[in-house]
Amino acid sequence: MRIVLNGEQRELSERASVREAVLASGATGEGRGVAVAIDGEVVPRGRWDEHELAEGARVEVVQAVQGG
Amino acid sequence: MADRLVIADREFGSRLVIGTGGFRNLEIMGEAVRASGADLATLALRRVDPSARGSIVEVLEKAGCMLLPNTAGCYTARDAVTTAQLAREAFDTDWVKLEVIGDDRTLLPDPVELLDAAEQLVADGFTVLPYTNDDPILARRLEDAGCAAVMPLGSPIGSGMGINNTYNLRLIVEQSRVPVILDAGVGTASDAALGMEIGCDAVLLASAVSRAEDPTKMAEAMRLAVEAGWKARAAGRIPRRLYAEASTPTEGVPELT
Repeated sequence: MRIVLNGEQRELSERASVREAVLASGATGEGRGVAVAIDGEVVPRGRWDEHELAEGARVEVVQAVQGG
Repeated sequence: MADRLVIADREFGSRLVIGTGGFRNLEIMGEAVRASGADLATLALRRVDPSARGSIVEVLEKAGCMLLPNTAGCYTARDAVTTAQLAREAFDTDWVKLEVIGDDRTLLPDPVELLDAAEQLVADGFTVLPYTNDDPILARRLEDAGCAAVMPLGSPIGSGMGINNTYNLRLIVEQSRVPVILDAGVGTASDAALGMEIGCDAVLLASAVSRAEDPTKMAEAMRLAVEAGWKARAAGRIPRRLYAEASTPTEGVPELT
C-alpha cells in the first residue's frame, strides 16, 4: 500500500499499522518525544498497533527538536 | 509579592524560562540551560529526522527542567491545536506554549487565530501559556479565556531589540491576575532586568543566549539579570526626578571663605 509519510510517497506492506509507519519514518517506535497524526488527527500511542492505515493516508511522524 | 513563580499551581525555583532554539548542539544547550538555572524549558516538534543524534528530552530532564512544548511554525488555530495535541502525546504534558504566527517576516502573533486556539485548548484541558502581542486588550481576552499565564513580546522573536513598548507592558502587568512572562526580543541582560523591574513575573528567552558568542556565560548573565530585576522591583525604586536631590545633608556646611 502507498501512503504519504512525512511528505514523501512510501510503499508499506498491506494493512500496515501506525507503528509500522513510525518505524519506517526512522523514529525509534517506543521512544518518548514521538507523536503521530494521520490526515490531521492525532493517533494516541496506545493505538499504534491496532490502527490500520488507509491507502493514501497522510502520515506525519514528529519528534522533539530544539525550539522556542 | 510571592517569592516563587507559580503557574497553574505549579511552583518554579527560577523566574527565567529558557527557550532551546538556536543552540549549535545539545552539549552547548545542556551547559547553558544548567548555567541559566531555569527549571522550565521550551522545545518543539518537527518531522522525524533519522540522522538526528541525541535526545533533547533527556538533556533537559537531566538539567532538571520541566518541558514546555511550543507550537512554533503554526499559522492557524487548527494547526496549533493539532500540534499541541501531538505534543501532549509525545511528552505526556498538557502544558503548551501557544504560538500562532501571522507573518514570517515579523513572526508577530495573529491575534484572531491565537485567541481561537487558546479557547479550544483550554476547553480540551490544556494549560495554555500564549505568546502574545504586547496588547493589553488581547492579553485580557487570553486571561479571560482561561490561559494560565500571558506572555507578551518585548519585540519580534530573535530581533534582540529588547522592550519596544514599556507602556503597554506596564498596562499588562497592572491588569493581569495570571503571571506575565516577557517573551521574545530580549537581546542582553539589561533587557531581562528591565522586564522584571517593570513587574513581569518571569522572562522567557532563547536566541539571546543560544546565539551569543558564549552561550553559557550569557545564560549566567541572564540568571543574574532576572534575579536583580526581581529584587529591584521588590525593593521599590526611587522616583525619577528632573533635578538633582542631594544625598549629603545640606545643613551644617562650614563657611570656608
